[in-house]
Amino acid sequence: MSQRNVIPFGPQHPVLPEPIHLDLVTEDETVVEAIPSIGFVHRGLEKLVEKKDYQDFVYVAERICGICSFMHGMTYCQAVEEVMGIAVPERALYLRTVWAELSRVHSHLMWLGLAADAFGFESLFMNCWKLREGILDIIEATTGGRVIFGSCKIGGVRRDIDGDTMKGIVEKLDRIAAEIRHTTDVFLNDYSVQHRLKEVGVMSGEEAYALGTVGPVLRASGVAMDARKIGYAAYRNLKFEPVVEKSGDCHARCRVRVREIFQSIDLIGQAARKMPEGEIAVKVTGAPSGEYFSRVEQPRGEVIYYVKANGTKNLQRFRVRTPTFANLPAMVRMLKGASIADVPNIILTVDPCISCIER
Amino acid sequence: MGFLSMTRNIAQNLFEGPSTRRYPAVKRYYEPKSRGMIGIDIEACIFCGLCSKRCPTGALTVAKDRKEWEIDRLRCIFCGYCVEVCPKKCLSMANHYSPCVTDRGDAIHLEKQAPKGTTEQPVEEKLEKE
Repeated sequence: MSQRNVIPFGPQHPVLPEPIHLDLVTEDETVVEAIPSIGFVHRGLEKLVEKKDYQDFVYVAERICGICSFMHGMTYCQAVEEVMGIAVPERALYLRTVWAELSRVHSHLMWLGLAADAFGFESLFMNCWKLREGILDIIEATTGGRVIFGSCKIGGVRRDIDGDTMKGIVEKLDRIAAEIRHTTDVFLNDYSVQHRLKEVGVMSGEEAYALGTVGPVLRASGVAMDARKIGYAAYRNLKFEPVVEKSGDCHARCRVRVREIFQSIDLIGQAARKMPEGEIAVKVTGAPSGEYFSRVEQPRGEVIYYVKANGTKNLQRFRVRTPTFANLPAMVRMLKGASIADVPNIILTVDPCISCIER
Repeated sequence: MGFLSMTRNIAQNLFEGPSTRRYPAVKRYYEPKSRGMIGIDIEACIFCGLCSKRCPTGALTVAKDRKEWEIDRLRCIFCGYCVEVCPKKCLSMANHYSPCVTDRGDAIHLEKQAPKGTTEQPVEEKLEKE
């Protein structure tokens, strides 16, 4: 038996600009065990709910994660709206759907770039981020912010997108989609990309399910689970099927995200066509009392918000189970038996977001 | 499976030129809805203090007795909640950012209402921190 060595990965590592530390126990070039340690960026946001007014807390919820910021705000609003029994106007639900899908597109493009960077394809990385800028421009024009939307509030949304702008967005997205396709074809067909990603970090569907994996990681292992199918916001009126791949390796996770970009662009088109006229928010008075679990499909998987209120302006308990946290056991399992050179790729295909994990 | 799938992209890049903006020759365009900086029409302000009560980061201070409104621009997160709750609609959101500062104290901006009945212009001054 060869000697075992422990190689530290992070909290500062070139492949991942976020602080997570992994002790990689290796035998020669093979990882036999990966021990994660987190807690570098814990901010105690869940406790903050006792200090902030429940309506102001949307701003805090949005800052749990920089990339899925809108969906965090939306999940929180959905939870409080259900507790208070507020009927959100239909138009607001459609607008939430459009913004949620825009953030999915920009998140997946960002991930594609980071993945390309992890296997050393710099020009592909730059290309993906160039395309992402187009999406961020749309987001800035409609909400006023590039990353933090600040558009969701309890009872609806703060801003409207008028008909002409919506039409322009759909046309612009169609143009960007053609460009995205040229870039994503490289991920799907290029020999060097496939050489680095195929049959790396394989996880079967049963295993992924047993480990509680969510999102693209789970769907890449052949399990058709997508929280959008439960029909929150306007998804109940839109036609789509969860994107599923069978092989469960790093390339399958990449393919799932590539296909989801086009699915999201299609969903925005559908939402734009079906969007009804009307109010975008209802007035909210009083304080919530009760509890609720809210679930939303984020770019990285399903997020669960638990909210408990006792009839005062401050919530009693607030708990978030982020998708990246749920994917940690899967990441540790995939690292076992992997070659040390594949570690960055495996970690990246889980799409880790450490500020999400620790809140 | 292909070997030269980036070729098209490379050829395109040769003719298209850079994708980045040639700053400062080309200025960045700010969308009209962009959230950049909070401004105030101090003469219309009634100093109700609702903005400072609602501010999620506590960046605003309102002193009714001295007729002063103060913002710490480095604490402000441009959420626009103050603009939304202002009953007199005297707060506004500009679509560009405030100028850079080298000292935290320079980011604190004070507006003072001119005493009623005088023709004096509103005094605009920056608080200097010792």
